[in-house]
Formats: sequence, C-alpha cells, structure tokens
Amino acid sequence: MSIVEETRKALLQLFPEQAAAEAEAEAAAAAAAEAEAGAETETDAEAELTVSEEGGEDAGGEEAAGPAKPAKEEEPVEEGPRENGVLVTDHAARGTHLDVLCDPDQVVEAARIMDAAGFFLEAITGVDWIKEDRMEVIYDYNQTGPEPCRVVVRAFIPRANPEIPTISDILPGANWHERETHDFFGIKFQGHPYLVPLLLPEDADFHPLLKDFTP
Amino acid sequence: MTVPIQCRPDEVFVLNLGPQHPATHGVLRVKLTMDGEYIVKAEPVLGYIHRMHEKMAEAGSFAQFMPNTARMDYLHALAYNHGYVLAVERAAGIEVPERAEYIRVITVELNRLSSHLLWWAAFLLDLGGFTPLLYAFDDRERILDLLERITGSRLTYCYFRFGGVYNDIDDEFIAGTRDFIKRLRSRLPRMYHDLVTHNIILIKRLKDIGFITPEQCRRYGATGPVARGSGINYDVRKNEPYSVYPEFDFDVPVYTECDSMARYMVRMDEIEQSLRIIEQALDKLPDGPVKAKKVPKILKPPAGDYYAAVEAARGAFGCRLVCDGGKSAYRLKLRSPTFCNLSLFGEVAEGMLLADALAFMGSLDLVIPEIDR
Repeated sequence: MSIVEETRKALLQLFPEQAAAEAEAEAAAAAAAEAEAGAETETDAEAELTVSEEGGEDAGGEEAAGPAKPAKEEEPVEEGPRENGVLVTDHAARGTHLDVLCDPDQVVEAARIMDAAGFFLEAITGVDWIKEDRMEVIYDYNQTGPEPCRVVVRAFIPRANPEIPTISDILPGANWHERETHDFFGIKFQGHPYLVPLLLPEDADFHPLLKDFTP
Repeated sequence: MTVPIQCRPDEVFVLNLGPQHPATHGVLRVKLTMDGEYIVKAEPVLGYIHRMHEKMAEAGSFAQFMPNTARMDYLHALAYNHGYVLAVERAAGIEVPERAEYIRVITVELNRLSSHLLWWAAFLLDLGGFTPLLYAFDDRERILDLLERITGSRLTYCYFRFGGVYNDIDDEFIAGTRDFIKRLRSRLPRMYHDLVTHNIILIKRLKDIGFITPEQCRRYGATGPVARGSGINYDVRKNEPYSVYPEFDFDVPVYTECDSMARYMVRMDEIEQSLRIIEQALDKLPDGPVKAKKVPKILKPPAGDYYAAVEAARGAFGCRLVCDGGKSAYRLKLRSPTFCNLSLFGEVAEGMLLADALAFMGSLDLVIPEIDR
C-alpha cells in the first residue's frame, strides 16, 4: 500500500461515516464480484460509484508524483459547500496529496494521527473568508519518507469567535506557528502555553491579515 | 557532551543576546536565563524586521510580488523566486520551456553555492577565525559577478518570471561558470578542507556540540542541512522533485552524528553536489525559448489553493497560495525553513555553555529576514 493510501486509511478514523460508507461499498463490490447478481449492489450503487471515482483520482495523483510540471488541466472547482472528510487530490495540480476537512475540535485528533504516522508539521496558517463570515485554519503536514505525501488539514471557525484547540502539546513545532497565526488573524488557540505576539510588537492589539484591517 | 546543571533560582540571571549582536547575523534577540556560563532557558524573540510580506502579496498583482520574494532569504533569493513562481505556475497552469528550467536550476544552484560560502565565512568568523572569510568571499564574488551579468542584481534577484526567466544566458556566462567550477574544485580540498575542516580547533568547537535528535527535527519540523545532519534523508529536490532536478545525478549528503560538525559537513558536501548539478546542467543545456508564450499580463488563476515547495539553502521553502479567481493572491503563506529550524533552539540550548550555544546557533545558518518575513 502506498503511503498516501495508508495515511488516508489512518485519517478515516476521524470520519466514521465516510469510513463506514467506504467499507460498505467495498463489501458490496466484493459481494458483487462473487455473486454477479447480488441484491445489495443496487442499493449501494451510489456509494460504489464514489469509491471508483476516488480510486481514479488516486491513480492520477501517483502518476504525477514524478517531476512537478505545471498541470495541463485544471481540476474542476468543487461546487457547493464541501462536507467533512478525506479527499485525494492531484499532486501535480494542487501540490498536496490528501486534503482533510474536519470540525475545529477534531484538529487535535488529526494531529495525533499525523504524529503517530511520523509526519512533521510544515506550517499553520489562517485564511480570512470575510464574505462567508468565517475563518479557515490550515495545517500543512509532510513526511520525510522516500515517497512524497503532503497532507493538508483544514477547519472552519466562526469569524466572530475565532477559537480552536492548540496542537502544540503534540507537536512542539506548532507553538510558534500558532503564535504567528494568532498575531496575524487573532485566532485564539485554546490551551496554548504562551500565546503572546511573536512577530508583531509585544503590545500589538491588531491583526494585519484580517481583510478588514486598516493600518 | 553538556554537563548536567544544578541551579538554585537565586543564582540565575537574564542575559540579552542581541538584538544587535555580531553572532546573530541580523536582528535576532535571544533572552537567555543563565546559571553562570550555562544556559538554563533560551527564548528567541523575533520580529525585529518583520515586514508583513504576506499582506503585500494580497495588495498587488502576482507579478508585483516577485521582488518581495528576494527580500526574505537574501542569501538564497533565487530559491524563493523559484518557490513562488512554481506556486503561481501551478495555479495558473503555465508550462515552462525546457531551457528556462535548466537556466533556473543553474542559477539556483550557483546562488546556493554563494549562500553556503557566505554561511561558511560568517560561521567561522563567529568561531573566531577571520581569514576563511577572505577565501570564501573571493569565491563568492565570482558567483555574484556571474549572476549580476544575467540577472542584473547582485543580491536581491528578481530573475524568474511566470513561465520562464527574464533573460537568456550567453556563452560568456557559460564559460565563466565552467571556469568557476574548476576554480572552486581546485580550492576546496586545500583552502577549505585542509585549512579549516580538519583544523583541530574547529573540530573541538563543533564535535558533539548542539546535539539534535532526528525525533526533535521531526517534532519541530526542521528541514534542510539541519535535518540532514541528524540522519534524516530529506531533500525536496529528491523526495518531491520539481523542475528538471530528476535529470541530474547528484547525492544528498546525510550525516548521522546529529552535532554541529555534522551540519557543517552536510553543507560542505552540498557545495560539491551543487557543482555537479551545474556542470551537468551546462552539458545538457537545450536550445529554445526561455519564456513561455501566451502568458497573460494579468494572471487570474482559478479559485482554490495550491502548494509548491523547493529546497532552499536552509531547508524546505513552501508557498501556500489561496486564490479566489482575482488578480492578486487571496492569501499567500510563506513557509520559511529557518523559522522552524530556530524553533528548536530553545530546547536544544538548554544546559549548554554560552560559547557553545553561539557555535550551535551558527550551525543552524540563520537568516533573520526570512524568519521574520
């Protein structure tokens, strides 16, 4: 199993629903292969379809794992709000292999899974989606194995009350990244041991990367 | 190895290292809690030259941000040029002509050499050896002259363009580069290694000092020569190849000693590997255009987010570009390697002698504008 697939399996722990749907679909596919006319296949046809689609994307990502040439074709942008779950992304087009969207309180569990899988934290950052009145917190994970596998974990938090639990007790490298994100966006990392300005002046009470910031 | 320290709270004192200190190479301040000559706690204080490059990226067009990329790591500016153009090219789906890719590799590697040479010079200056600086600057000067002819500047290059490079290289540059490779190769064994690397004083200052375990590297996200000096075989050029790096035969030097000497050796070996890459790139250099045709003046990449990483002289530099379909980046996150490499300083420096901590800090190869951004 490739590291991308292995990591995807590990991250599915976060999403029992997606995991269950996939397991069901797999079982259904297996059953369908055994007995060609199975009664369950019809009911699970939809789930099976999504799995085969994902499989196709996965293969595309691995093919492109070689030289990172610019993408020939852009992936269609997802329409509508995306649901929580693990998505396999095309590395050549996106630069990442796995894309995880989770609830804010799940980022700690995600960090634990990534830590156990031997990943390191590249960066934490935020995005201020002012029109949607929410903020996005993005965690970039990477590992040093021979096969590339970049994982991005993202969570949305309300703009009025930007709070998310800290992961600095799991990965100490997160300490500075969280302080920096707090500087720039005012996102409060609950449980952070020392959430004082890192790059901004020590008495800074402004957050320059907010879209409504005026100097 | 360091001696375990016994300290009573009434005996410690706070020592400010920096923000203006010759050993910090810029404006880095470290708040040291000292017990005599031993460090009890070290807390780097950052942000003295924070310029908010990430906000500037949101203000102008994609092309307007190009000069900013050279002003973070001013010693390896071309790698930052490269990381940024890769991210934008990935977002906008721009193909780069092959000759441009080769020129990018040649210039990035030349710039890496100049960066390592300057690190070597400054590091030895920290340790009290003045003469090596003159040797290294003699060689570095030739690289700057070569790059100046092509790029138009000596330090803060803005040479790459979306879809290629600004200027083609000429025969004089190629001949000059070949001469330089020959010259540096002839000088490396005697002037660099015999005189400095095998010097007993240097070995005593670096061997078994500044011990960073591979696990520490992982937990803090350290990359580049710091990780490779701790036995982690990770180089973006090999692990997640970009540009035309897969075409070249080069090794990734890895040392497992985890001390300052190992990090020193990694960089010294990388100088030789960069020379190898440049030589091969010059041999294989294809003809053709150096800029992609039909790159629109105003780029409007489709909405979504994109990541691109390159191996800079100090580790993995990453650009996370979030686009909303507009003329400028909705958000550009710059992941600078030294930021992570320095974050482990506090943990490692605990219990270290002050003089050793300065040698250790030098072995991390800090460039402060890149940490502060």
